[in-house]
Amino acid sequence: MRIGVVTFPGSLDDVDAARAVRLAGGEVVPLWHADADLPAVDAVVLPGGFSYGDYLRAGAIAARQPLMRAVVDRAHAGMPVLGICNGFQVLCEAGLLPGALTRNGHLHFRNRDQALLVERADTAWTSSYAQGQTIVVPVKNGEGRYVGSDADLDRLEGEGRVVVRYAGGNPNGSSRDIAGVTSADGRVVGLMPHPEHAVEELTGPSVDGLGFFTSVLEGVLS
Amino acid sequence: MPRVVVDVVLKPEISDPQGQAVLGALGRLGHTGVTGVRQGKHFVLDVEGTPDEAELREIAENLLANPVIEDVELHLSED
Repeated sequence: MRIGVVTFPGSLDDVDAARAVRLAGGEVVPLWHADADLPAVDAVVLPGGFSYGDYLRAGAIAARQPLMRAVVDRAHAGMPVLGICNGFQVLCEAGLLPGALTRNGHLHFRNRDQALLVERADTAWTSSYAQGQTIVVPVKNGEGRYVGSDADLDRLEGEGRVVVRYAGGNPNGSSRDIAGVTSADGRVVGLMPHPEHAVEELTGPSVDGLGFFTSVLEGVLS
Repeated sequence: MPRVVVDVVLKPEISDPQGQAVLGALGRLGHTGVTGVRQGKHFVLDVEGTPDEAELREIAENLLANPVIEDVELHLSED
C-alpha cells in the first residue's frame, strides 16, 4: 500500500512519519508541496514542523500550495488523509477539518509525553485501537490550542467527530481537551500529538502511535 | 499607487493570550487605566491601478485572515 508523505519547506517530521509508515508495513511515496499532481497513492500523511516558518498563520501558506489542492480534491473523493501537528493546522486551513489551532493558552512551547483517550476507533486512522483506550504519545507544539465557536464545537461533539482527547492534563488550553478531530466521513483525521514519534521502544515513550499507521493500511487492504 | 490596509483581529469569543500578556505587562508598568488588549495583524498592500474591492475582500478573507477565528477590516486610501 502506497502512503504519500508530503514535505513542505520547514517540515520537520516527514522523515519520522515516513519511518512510521514503513514500520507499519506500508510503502512510502515522498511528495513535494510544489508539485501540481498527486501520484497514485492510497493515503496521504501531512507531517509536523513549521511549514513556511509559521508565517501569517501556522499552516496557512502550506494549505494553499499546488499539491494541497490535489490532496483536498482526493480527500473529498474519500482518500484518507492524516495531518499531524503542523499537518493538522494545514488541514484546518485547507478547510478539510473544522476549527483552528492557535497560540497555546499559556504562551509556552510544550513538549512532553501525553496520555490521550481514543474516542473514535472507527475512523480510517484509528481502527487499530479500541474505543475508550488510553494511549501515550509525545506532544510538542507552540500553537496547538484547538478553538472554534461554542456552536461549532457543540456540533462537532454532537456528530461524534472528536477522535482523541487529552487525558491527565491539557497541554495547550485546547477547547474541551480536544487533541484530534475527523471529517464527517471519518477519512480525514487531524492530530496535534505525534504518533510517529511513538513507534519504537528505543526512541519513543511507547509504541502506541503505530496504530494510526496500521489502521489505514488495514482499511486500504480490506 | 493606491494603498490598501487590512486589519485582522481575533474574534471576540476567541481568547487572546498574547493580548492578555501585553495587558499584564501594562499593569506592571503602572498603566492601570488600560483594561483590555487584543493583538492583531496589520497588512499594507500596494495595488496597481484601481483597486478591485471584491478581489481585495477575497484576498483578505481567503488568505490574510482565517474567518473561523478572525475578523477582518479593509481600508482603502489613495495616498
